[in-house]
Amino acid sequence: MSVPAIAIRKLVKRFGETAVLQDIDLEIPEGKVSCLIGPSGSGKSTLLRCLAFLEEPTSGMITINGEALGFFEDPTGRRERLPANQIRAVRTKTGMVFQQFNLWPHMTALGNVSEALKLVRKVPKAEAEERAMAQLRKVGLENRAGHYPSQLSGGQQQRVAIARALALEPKIMLFDEPTSALDPELTGEVLNVMRDLASEGMTMVVVTHEIGFAASVGQQISFLDHGRLLFSGPPAEIFAKPRHARLEQFLDTYLDRGASMLA
Amino acid sequence: MTLKLFTLLLEAALSTLGISLVSIAIGFVIAMLLSAALLSGKSVYILPARLFISFFRGVPLLVQLLLIYTLLPVIGINVPGIVAAIIGLSLCTAAYQAENLRGGFASVPRGLIEAADVAGFTGAQTFARIRAPIAIRLTFPALVNEAIMILKSSSLVSVVGIIEITKMAQDLASSTYQPIPIFASAALIYFVINSAIALLGRYAERSLKGASA
Repeated sequence: MSVPAIAIRKLVKRFGETAVLQDIDLEIPEGKVSCLIGPSGSGKSTLLRCLAFLEEPTSGMITINGEALGFFEDPTGRRERLPANQIRAVRTKTGMVFQQFNLWPHMTALGNVSEALKLVRKVPKAEAEERAMAQLRKVGLENRAGHYPSQLSGGQQQRVAIARALALEPKIMLFDEPTSALDPELTGEVLNVMRDLASEGMTMVVVTHEIGFAASVGQQISFLDHGRLLFSGPPAEIFAKPRHARLEQFLDTYLDRGASMLA
Repeated sequence: MTLKLFTLLLEAALSTLGISLVSIAIGFVIAMLLSAALLSGKSVYILPARLFISFFRGVPLLVQLLLIYTLLPVIGINVPGIVAAIIGLSLCTAAYQAENLRGGFASVPRGLIEAADVAGFTGAQTFARIRAPIAIRLTFPALVNEAIMILKSSSLVSVVGIIEITKMAQDLASSTYQPIPIFASAALIYFVINSAIALLGRYAERSLKGASA
């Protein structure tokens, strides 16, 4: 078997005394869509943020395409922080999309998407903007290139944010509740972009409350509760016959809300 | 009050304007360095920056100017009065501008910095391209205010031998025995310059807003 896109080994994250993630072991296969679901406060967003190295794990190890992220831990548990430039190098294999979009307000859509190409990748301006434009076209927003974030709807902002992440040609895309800040009417356009991306074979890790999206697009579903990974497997296994009491209870709340197509 | 006297005041205004604008610009650069130091998270940078800011905010500008003017020759640096004046004003405004900017930097949403982090920006790149431009936009009105304050405070540089508006007005008043028209003219010149700065500031603010609000 090939190297997994992401391997998480014995990951622990504590904020002070509180253990937010406890002994997470998970492999995310390449080219698959992996969804992290669970109730609020279950640690799913923290886990994703650890994968982007926005949170530093308290212990355990994460590898991205076989390369250690942030820390190297040998089997005896001795841990060593890797140099900043190496952390940046491993990080560039992943792109991240945030719940609050986090577009830079003083730059146009095109500026947001081309900035890292120019600054980090040292691509000449004209070429960077050409490549940025291609990404905007991909998310259906080339006619909004000159708009500032404040002039775009939430759904459009999130699509620009996806284009911004894609511009750096990441191997893996991380999505942190990408539709949670959107009106229900606008979630569709973002989910469609994500579906397209999945069909192109992009490795994706998606923290989501959109159980419908997880069920239809997800190929690996992981369920977290109270900082523990309770279950991980293909959607058919999870949604068709949830054997875990806590997971069943969690899914019931969605079924109650009319997501009956999952049953 | 003759046209000749008014022309002399206008010539002195050039020196007020020149010294103030140069000081504001140098002060801004120092304020940015101070901000970077305060945001570095390293106490070797933070502590000197804090000390700098509290000193220059805590000591009257007049005393700072006199101190710089008398201290520099003692440590073997002989500079003309104008350089001492610019050093004094720059260091003083740097402290105030840094303090204004601190609020702006604190208001930059964390997520915007995280977006730069995940895109692989270095700390310096994030500062230059994300944090500083947003902080400047957020604090722009306060920065314009500070520019006006410095232009007015520049009347103090006469103590190091600079002839600017206020000093020229005093000299003219005592030699012509017409203090009221002369000081009124000086006030008018200050007022016109500062109104122009305020107006330019308003205009710049609006075009910055268009690009971000």
